[in-house]
Amino acid sequence: MHPATSVILFSSLSGLGFGLMVWLGLGYPTVTGWSAFAFYFIAYALAVGGLMASAFHLANPRNAPKAFSQWRTSWLSREAWAAVIALLVVAGHAIGVIFFATRLPWLGALGAVLALATVLTTAMIYTQLRTVPRWNTPATPVLFVTLSLAGGALLAGQTRFALPLLLLAGAVQLLHWHLGDRRAANPASTRASATGLGHIGQVRLFEPPHTGTNYLMREMVHEIGRKHARRLRVLTILLMIVLPVILLALSFSHWLAAVAVIAHLAGAITSRWLFFAEAEHSVGLYYGKGK
Amino acid sequence: MTALPDTTKRKLGLVIDLDTCVGCHACVIACKGWNTQVHGAPLSDTDPYGAAPEGTFLNRIHSYEVQPANAPAQIVHFPKSCLHCEDAPCVTVCPTGASFKREEDGIVLVNEDDCMGCGLCAWACPYGAREMDAAAGVMKKCTLCVDRIYNEHLPEIDRVPACVRTCPAGARHFGDLGDPDSDVSQLVAARGGFDLMPEQGTKPVNKYLPPRPRDQGAIGADEGDIDVLAPYLAPVTEGPGGFLGWLDRALGQLPGGRG
Repeated sequence: MHPATSVILFSSLSGLGFGLMVWLGLGYPTVTGWSAFAFYFIAYALAVGGLMASAFHLANPRNAPKAFSQWRTSWLSREAWAAVIALLVVAGHAIGVIFFATRLPWLGALGAVLALATVLTTAMIYTQLRTVPRWNTPATPVLFVTLSLAGGALLAGQTRFALPLLLLAGAVQLLHWHLGDRRAANPASTRASATGLGHIGQVRLFEPPHTGTNYLMREMVHEIGRKHARRLRVLTILLMIVLPVILLALSFSHWLAAVAVIAHLAGAITSRWLFFAEAEHSVGLYYGKGK
Repeated sequence: MTALPDTTKRKLGLVIDLDTCVGCHACVIACKGWNTQVHGAPLSDTDPYGAAPEGTFLNRIHSYEVQPANAPAQIVHFPKSCLHCEDAPCVTVCPTGASFKREEDGIVLVNEDDCMGCGLCAWACPYGAREMDAAAGVMKKCTLCVDRIYNEHLPEIDRVPACVRTCPAGARHFGDLGDPDSDVSQLVAARGGFDLMPEQGTKPVNKYLPPRPRDQGAIGADEGDIDVLAPYLAPVTEGPGGFLGWLDRALGQLPGGRG
């Protein structure tokens, strides 16, 4: 799949932002006034910034408001609702702690649940696609949610939660790659089933339908960068998990925490880039990819 | 409304004969010609006369080489357009309600006035049947020529999809696949029509007819010759005789010959 910058930034930044909202809503840390403002500002900048980045992915953004209409069937529509409701509820809680030094625990908890639900709806947009075997696994929502919680705990400065959650997220990431590799090596759909010609013999693309490229090729038969996938996986684990864990374990200082956050973010973006770049879509079978 | 209808009154679709398709691409051109000039955004081309031309098409022809274990390879031309699936994943993922499946005839359509161009439906389609138009920014797909098949301003013979109307090989058939007595349903039953990627669970309406078994007589099939003329066409001599035989031997004696 085409690793579009807008979608990668959207899903990784907003995942981190909503993850921070979860911890703020649960009262970790319990801050008020200006420091609460700083925390919420970062959370909203990441979440809303990510959502705005996703709008750049639309070819016809004028119709974007209509995306709220099909929540009965569409995960993308559910995500739109979840994001708006979460941002409003969390804002209610934020106003309380910033301006009135009053924490409403039930409102904070509700905001936390909604923020997490938003991350889950984002993950389900990808998980639901049978056409992409690497995404179509329960490990995908687990990965998105644990990464969001771990990154959020890191941003919230909650070392005792961040350490185990980062290790857990790293394990889930490794599991997601392992399952993905296995599914990609043994896919349900093959060139034989795509063409229905497998009963005759080996199917090979003799001539593509067009000499140039097209939308399908650019969007779904994208293969750039796969040769570096192994190295990028190692880099992802080092930046996203190992470096932040070491820095947090050393001792807590704002400088070390800042480096840990930046490393984690860079790793998370690399992870999300791989999530798209490595994903094979079944339409590639018609273009002679796969087996 | 992106909820799929439980059942549709009819299941209009295509039956594509992989045995008779000659890969001429006439259906591709007829499809583009009709659908670029009727309602909705035209099917744009980008850089059409330049170095890297590309464009939006609703129907494309792949060609495959199929290599059996013990027989010569065979070329199969493979037209592919929207299969108007009964369980169309492209419809349910649509967040704006632009994609829908019609209850009356099962045709899957896009209302371009509602499409925001997110492309998720194209990701959800296993077959690559949907293409985003680069100029209009909306999703385009086969409409089964819904503006021809019910169009009483056209002569009756033309009230079929443009691809079917134009196919010179008679490889494309249009009809109601929900009616077991229809011509297309009988054709599917008689020829063993199949679904593309049944494991994706999309329940396509369009069916494909497999290529008929090829005559294997040409290469090394001494037994089971199915060509009745073959015995009469056996070579009458294994080597040249008479003047040609002398010439063959004489030329072989000259230096530089094969000896």
